[in-house]
Amino acid sequence: MRPAFPGRRGPTASLAAAVLIALAPADRPVVVASKPFGESYLLAEMFAQLLEARGFSVERRPGLGATELAFEALRSGAIDVYPEYTGTGLTAILHEQPIVDPREAFAHVATEFARRWGIRWLPPLGFENTYAIAVRRETAERLGLRTLSDLARAAPGLTAGLTPDFIGRPDGLPGIGQAYGIAFKAVRALVPAVKYQALAAGEVDVIDGYATDGFIVKYDLVVLTDDRRFFPPYQAAALVGARLPRETPGAVLALEDLSGRLTEATMRQLNRRVEVDNEPIARVAADALSDLGLGAGGGAGGGTRVARSGREPLGAYLVAQAPTLARLTLRHLLLVAVSLAAAVLVAAPLGLLLERTQRVAETTIRAVGLLQTIPGIALLAFMIPLLGIGVVPALVALFLYSLYPILRNTYTGVRNADPDAVSAALAIGMTPGQVLRYVRLPLAAPVIMAGIRTAAVINVGTATLAAFIGAGGLGDPIVAGLSLSDTRMILSGAIPAAALALVVDAGLGAVEKTVRSGK
Amino acid sequence: MAAHLAAEAVTKRFGAAAALDGVSLSVDRAECVALVGESGAGKSTLLRCFNRLVEPDAGTVSVRGRLVRDVDPILLRRSIGYVPQEGGLLPHWRIARNVGVVPWLGGDPDASRLAREALELVGLDPERFADRRPRELSGGQRQRAAIARALAARPDVVLLDEPFGALDAITRAELQMTFRALQRRLELTAVLVTHDLREALDLGDRVVVMRAGRIEQAAAPATLLHAPATPYVAELLARARVRDG
Repeated sequence: MRPAFPGRRGPTASLAAAVLIALAPADRPVVVASKPFGESYLLAEMFAQLLEARGFSVERRPGLGATELAFEALRSGAIDVYPEYTGTGLTAILHEQPIVDPREAFAHVATEFARRWGIRWLPPLGFENTYAIAVRRETAERLGLRTLSDLARAAPGLTAGLTPDFIGRPDGLPGIGQAYGIAFKAVRALVPAVKYQALAAGEVDVIDGYATDGFIVKYDLVVLTDDRRFFPPYQAAALVGARLPRETPGAVLALEDLSGRLTEATMRQLNRRVEVDNEPIARVAADALSDLGLGAGGGAGGGTRVARSGREPLGAYLVAQAPTLARLTLRHLLLVAVSLAAAVLVAAPLGLLLERTQRVAETTIRAVGLLQTIPGIALLAFMIPLLGIGVVPALVALFLYSLYPILRNTYTGVRNADPDAVSAALAIGMTPGQVLRYVRLPLAAPVIMAGIRTAAVINVGTATLAAFIGAGGLGDPIVAGLSLSDTRMILSGAIPAAALALVVDAGLGAVEKTVRSGK
Repeated sequence: MAAHLAAEAVTKRFGAAAALDGVSLSVDRAECVALVGESGAGKSTLLRCFNRLVEPDAGTVSVRGRLVRDVDPILLRRSIGYVPQEGGLLPHWRIARNVGVVPWLGGDPDASRLAREALELVGLDPERFADRRPRELSGGQRQRAAIARALAARPDVVLLDEPFGALDAITRAELQMTFRALQRRLELTAVLVTHDLREALDLGDRVVVMRAGRIEQAAAPATLLHAPATPYVAELLARARVRDG
C-alpha cells in the first residue's frame, strides 16, 4: 500500500508515481486544507474560492487533525496550502520561545520555515488571533477586571475552564502563571466545543479563547487585556508548501491578494456567522470575498464536507443530510471492511504460525499489542511522512489497530483447543498440519471470530479518526461538529457510527453462528 | 526375538525425574498385557514409547520386529489402534467421521464402510449413531466409539491408556467385557494401562506392576495373585482386596 502522490518511497513506487504523473492532466489541482476549527475552515474556504475564481482547480481537505497533522501534510507535499498563525509556527512547530514583536515574529518564522523546509509564509492576512482570556461581563464588573494583572488578583477565587492545549503549552497556563502570578482556585479541562456554553452557564468563571471567536460577541464576554504583552502575536497567514511556487506560481500570486485585507472586527463577524449562526461556510466565505471585491460568486460545496445544521430540528437535518450521510457511511464501512479484511489475512495466519513457534509467540503478540497503546492521532502523525494523508494512511492505521485482537484470539484459541482432542489426534497419526487444520482451527473458530468481532467494533469507532487526515467517513461531521459547537452535526455522524457498530457486530455474529454450527 | 512388541532397557527422563528407568518388556502376538501402577509409575510413558509419542533417551523399542525409530512416526501411529481415557473424539465431527478417521487419513476409499463395521463391532448401531456428534452420546457410548476408531483400520496392535477410567462401575464392566471379547476374537496384541489392579487382573493375559519407572513384577494373573514378587506388589493386592484370605 503506497500513496499515489509524491513523498518518500522506494524505486518501484517512484516508477508508479512517474507513470501516474505522466497520465495525470498537466494541471494538478491545488490542495487546500484547514485545521478543524471554524476560522480555519473559513479561511481555507476563502483560499479555495479565490483560487477557483482565478481559474485554478482546487481540491479541498478541510479539518486535518491538529497542527502536527496539518503541518506534516504540508511538509510532505500532500497538501499545498493551509491557514496558520505565526505564534503557532514559532512555538508549536519551531519549538522556540515566543517573540513579542509581531513583525519580528513573522520575519523569524518566514526565514526559518523557508530555510528548513522550503515552506513559505505569505504576507499576513491582516488580523491577529491571539489567545483571549475571557470572563462574563457580570464577573468583570463585580470584580473590576479589565486586565490580566487584575485577574491575578481575583484568580484564587475563580474556576477556570481551559482547553487541554492551553493548559499544557508553555505560552498557555504555565506562562501566564509565571508572567502574571495567576493561580486559579480550580482548573477544569474543557474541549473548545463546550467552553463558551460552560462559561455562559456559570459552570466556570474564566476561559481561554481566541481574539476573533464569534462567541465573544454572542455571549457579550469581556476579553481581558494582556497588559504585559505576554501572549505572542498570532498573525494569520497562508502557509504554502514548497511545491506550489514551483509548479503553480500563479496560485501563490492569487492567494497573496488576501494579504492585509482582513481585520479582527471583520473576522469576528464572519466567525460569528459560522460558529454562532451555523451558516454554511461556503456562503460566508463567498460573501467575505465579494465584500473584498475578490469574489466570483460562491464556491460549490466546501468549508466542511457536511452541510451546517442551521436551525433545523435534528430529525429534519438528518433527513436532509441523508444522501451525504449515506455516502459517508459507505465510505466508513469501506474503511472498516478493507482494513479488517487485511488484518484478518495477516493476523490469523500469524496466530497459527506462532502456535507452532511458541518461544517467540508471547513476545510477538506483546509487540503487536504495543501498537494498540499508540494514540490514534499520534499514529496518524507518524505515518504522514511515509503515506501522506487520505485513505491510505487511514487504512494502514485501522489495519494496525485491528491486528492485536485477532492475533491474540487466534493464538489463544488454537493453543487452548480441547487438549484431549488434540493429543488424541496426534496419537492416531495426524500430522501436525492435519491437527491444525482438522482439530485446532475448527475448535478455535468461535474464539477467532470473537476476536474479529472485537476488532471490527473497535475499528468502526477508530475510523472516525480518519477524518483528521482527510480520509472521510462518519468522522467528518463529528470532527467538524465538535470544532464548530454544532451538536446536530456531531450527532449526524455519531448516530450512524453507533448504528454501524451494532450492525457490523450483529452481522459478524451471524457469521460466527454459521461457523460454529457448520462442519 | 519373536515378540510382537518389545522394549529393551528403555530409559526416559523428564527433567531430573526418570519416568522410565531401564525398563524391558516384550509382548507376544495376540497377547493382552495390562500395565498397572500408581500415578507417575511410568506406565503411560512406556505405552507411548510404542507409537513414538514418547522418544526414549536410551534403550530400544520395536513393533512387529522393527525398531520404531526406523519407522515414520505418522505411519506407525496409523498402524496402531489407540484409545485414550477421555476417548479423544473430535467434538466437531460426527461419529462416523470420527471412527473412520484413521483409514481416511491413510487415503482408504472404504473409510466409511470400515467405520460402520467398527461401530457394529463395538455394539453401536451405525443407523442410530453414525450421524451424531460426540456430545450427544453417553460416556460409555463415547468410549465404545473410541474403541471403534482404534479398530476401524484393522490394526493388529492396540494401545489403551486408562480406557475405562472415567466410567461408572456398570458401564465399565460392560465395556471391559466387550473389549476382552474383541481382543480375543480379533487376536489383537494389546497393551492396556490402568491404575485398577482388578481391571488388570481381569483383562490381562499378563499383568505388569510398575513403580517409579521400574517393573516390580510381570506375571500371569494367577501367579501374581499367589506369589507376589515384592512387598509392594503384595501391598497393592491387599489394598485392592483381591487376595482370597
